[in-house]
Amino acid sequence: MEKETDKNTFYSHDLPSTKMDTKVMAKRDEKIQVAMIGLCGCWGCTLSFLDIDERIIGLLEKVAITRSSLTDIKRIPKRCKIAFVEGGVANEENIETLEHFRENCDIMISVGACAVWGGVPAMRNDVSLKDCLTEAYVCNVGAVTGDKPVIPYHKDLPRITNKVYPCHEVVKMDYFIPGCPPDGDAIFKVLDDLANGREVNLPTSLTRYD
Amino acid sequence: MSKKINLVFKMKQEILDILKRYNSNRARLLDILWDIHNIYGYIPDEALPTLSEALNMSKIDISETVSFYHFFHDKPSGKYRIYLADTVIAKMSGFQEVLETLEQETKCPFGDTDVSGTFGLYETSCIGLSDQEPAMLIDKVVFNNLTPKKVTNIITQIKAGKTPLEISTPKAIKTKDVAYIDNLVQTTIYKSGPVFFKSNTNYKSLLSKCLDFHPLEIIDNISESNIKGRGGAGFPTGLKWQLCREADGEQKYVICNADEGEPGTFKDRILLTRSPKDVLVGMIIGGYSIGSDTGIIYLRSEYWYIKEYLENQIQELKNESLLGENILGSSFSFNIRIQMGAGSYVCGDETALLESCEGKRGTPRVKPPYPIQNGYLGKPTIINNVETFAAITRISEKGGKWYGAMGTKDSTGTRLLSVSGDCERPGIYEIEWGITLGEVLKMVGAKNAKAVQVSGPSGECVSAKLAENRIICYSDLSCNGSFMIFDETRDILDIVESFMHFFVEESCGICIPCRVGNVDLHNMMKRIRARKATQKDLDDIVSWSKIIKSTSRCGLGTTSPKPILTTLDQFPEIYKEKIVVQKGSLLPSFDMDKALLDHDNAHKELSNKNATNE
Amino acid sequence: MNSVIITIDGKKIKTTKGETLVDVANKNGIYIPTLCYMKDKPCLGTCRVCSVKVNDYLISSCTVPVADGMVVEVENDKEGADMRKALIELLFVEGNHNCPSCEKSGRCELQAVGYETNMMVSRFPYRFPVNERDYASDNIWLERDRCIFCQRCVEFIKDKETNQKIFSISNRGSKSRIEIDIDLADKMSLEQVAEAADMCPVGCIINKNQGFNKAIGKRKFEIETVRERALNTQKNSKTT
Repeated sequence: MEKETDKNTFYSHDLPSTKMDTKVMAKRDEKIQVAMIGLCGCWGCTLSFLDIDERIIGLLEKVAITRSSLTDIKRIPKRCKIAFVEGGVANEENIETLEHFRENCDIMISVGACAVWGGVPAMRNDVSLKDCLTEAYVCNVGAVTGDKPVIPYHKDLPRITNKVYPCHEVVKMDYFIPGCPPDGDAIFKVLDDLANGREVNLPTSLTRYD
Repeated sequence: MSKKINLVFKMKQEILDILKRYNSNRARLLDILWDIHNIYGYIPDEALPTLSEALNMSKIDISETVSFYHFFHDKPSGKYRIYLADTVIAKMSGFQEVLETLEQETKCPFGDTDVSGTFGLYETSCIGLSDQEPAMLIDKVVFNNLTPKKVTNIITQIKAGKTPLEISTPKAIKTKDVAYIDNLVQTTIYKSGPVFFKSNTNYKSLLSKCLDFHPLEIIDNISESNIKGRGGAGFPTGLKWQLCREADGEQKYVICNADEGEPGTFKDRILLTRSPKDVLVGMIIGGYSIGSDTGIIYLRSEYWYIKEYLENQIQELKNESLLGENILGSSFSFNIRIQMGAGSYVCGDETALLESCEGKRGTPRVKPPYPIQNGYLGKPTIINNVETFAAITRISEKGGKWYGAMGTKDSTGTRLLSVSGDCERPGIYEIEWGITLGEVLKMVGAKNAKAVQVSGPSGECVSAKLAENRIICYSDLSCNGSFMIFDETRDILDIVESFMHFFVEESCGICIPCRVGNVDLHNMMKRIRARKATQKDLDDIVSWSKIIKSTSRCGLGTTSPKPILTTLDQFPEIYKEKIVVQKGSLLPSFDMDKALLDHDNAHKELSNKNATNE
Repeated sequence: MNSVIITIDGKKIKTTKGETLVDVANKNGIYIPTLCYMKDKPCLGTCRVCSVKVNDYLISSCTVPVADGMVVEVENDKEGADMRKALIELLFVEGNHNCPSCEKSGRCELQAVGYETNMMVSRFPYRFPVNERDYASDNIWLERDRCIFCQRCVEFIKDKETNQKIFSISNRGSKSRIEIDIDLADKMSLEQVAEAADMCPVGCIINKNQGFNKAIGKRKFEIETVRERALNTQKNSKTT
């Protein structure tokens, strides 16, 4: 997509925000930086992350969450050690974001079925994109008779990919936590291993695909 | 309406007649299907209920067999079915032009039939004519050394009402005579002797001598020769026969594997044409040795044009009392029938061949039990290659010691090479085991050889330089007869990709690694050739190859990764040239333009459609 | 005389000659994953997931009768373990195995063996094939996306009256497809339908009368892993 150069356009991540306390900032800087993103998914994995409950307090001693829907920071502000990626790749924006993550993060984790192999959104993969768009915008049940159907297509809208891709088929991913969503325990185990410099070892008892 | 009912009634009658011919024997399903196919050009759905009832098989059970073999069609496939061999050798010899001419002349795309239903065009694997490619079958008739001009001529004549047989064969030639085969194809033997293609064998005195011996003495003689099976696996023939003789069971079988499917080989075709009685008598000796009264030649359907000739040869032996009841007045009786295959490479595997002989899908069996205990119809069976049986005849004539003195210690005697590709004299060569690769190349006039594919895709691809001194024998450079030569101008990676495509097409699909894994190997080869693979992808393809090789159920899967592994070993530089270094964070294998193109196109098409609707 | 001693992962095991290796291993507490294998039924040998090293050679343990002095490596052989896992990974890319939307999830042997072999993702490219479902039969829904061509239904579920095949595989290689004979399928008793659905190691043969009938936490492999199941079955059969 063309880069927007119009100076009247602002990106949300460029907007000024309240500065944090410098002491807190300094302390955060010493911690392991974690970035989080949801691509084409349902945010269920991020909710599952919250299922680690009170263990998050101990974890936050070691890690600081930068770019994330929880912190509402839109771009990665500095080099991160760990990236938590939820959702598969379904459009142009997903590709760009995943690239941005890969460029700025050391360890990338595919979290959940969608990131790992496409998941529920990938159920569209046995239908052509044209048929999907026809179903959604031309022949949908809600179509108003006589109204001209419109296929969304604009330079400001990311184009949809021909199929939903697992993240690791677009950029290199380092670890995988399957599940729809994975248990909070599984997510905690992987993050805790990484935060403590241990080799990641997700036991069979915590793995699930559904 | 009544016309249609009449047609259905007529079909039912015809199918009942066919079933009667085979006593509604389920094991003869392949023959039954061929007879139906010969009438209608496909297996009509309407035939299934009659078959199902007579054979006590469900309709899907019959379709299971029909759909396995690629010469069987389940919908109209054209009045004339044209099968063009798509081997790597054909592709080096003008395949593409022939293919295009065929499509133009017949107005039919490959894989389909033309509008009038006259022609059906299909690609097929090697049809055993690598020394005279491009070649094609029009049903049972074969046409070799094709050029666009020749193709145009053939199609024009068919359109004018002539049959392929009329086009290819002068009226005076009978299909049961060798002249028929000679008129269709070349059988070029550049070097023969001392074992094969002897013209002066007295089969009567040979068989009468054999019948004077105890079967165990015959087997001892074969064991003394140290001959190993010529299919490629190299199991000692004497031991196989002995074990089968010792196996429990009244009824035993002798099967001759004439399913010469390994791309690049055609020696069995030549043996069956030039020395059919060597092969038949070898089978008779086998029957006498193990105590069997029935022999089956499993002949690949690509060789239909040899069938009537072979049947005539069988009849000639019968006329001389060398075959049939009470051979030469003895108590030993032996009969041979020909079982036609229907297009499947994996049926060359001995247990897949057994399944196919029993009228089933050609899926290799779980072993143990082995065919010597539990073979055709569950009875002890020996299965040997055409060349093995021919050699047995000579061994029985001249003695095991005589034979064993030739060749090397672990590979005695001689063997036939089917030489094809970039050389001056492609054809058949009888060589003594122990000859070096370099010597063969010199012998056949291969001047600029870069690589040799020894034993076909399932064998090894070796560098003509690096492997010059390697010895052709079981313990060094094992060879099943296929010997394809590629010179400096050939694209080795293209050849490897073709071979992987071949294995994907021919996998029976019963086990996971072969069915699924070969598709990934083939796709990865395409990716490498498209310069979208990294060093990691190259490492992956090696490790995937190892998985498929180690875990597959039969020889097809355990050898299918060999084109990749052996070329990587001999020509690592051609892979390195294609490898890319990843720039940025997107993987080279991810094609962003392609991923987004569908949206652009869909928008364009749907918008246009809506505009015209208004 | 028929008693033999074999070694599995360094452990000496006394057993009976000719017994199937996979059974002997499980009976002695060494789990070998399987997918197509069913104890006391003829060996199918289609999945190869039970491949282990026998005398340094990788071979499917459901096809191996034990012999004296046999040296077997299961968990000690890391390369073999990775290959077993790779076979499962191949299945996950060959079909569309969407566990979150599958009735068989939690009761699925493919899924359970995936857990046991520690599969997190497939190393092979996902294919997302297009498969046609077959729902023409009264009681069986055939979800072809999930078939792994184990051949259990083909070989072991036959028409009671004629012994004809109700299921079959058509075509070959990567074009293989599971088929169902609608006439014969509609003759099946509800018990036989349940048997077929239960025998199917994945969610390909679905009993139309059932669907999601077990709550999460109560499904087969949530009560007992496929490992425990294999080892326990053998232990029980040992005592009887």
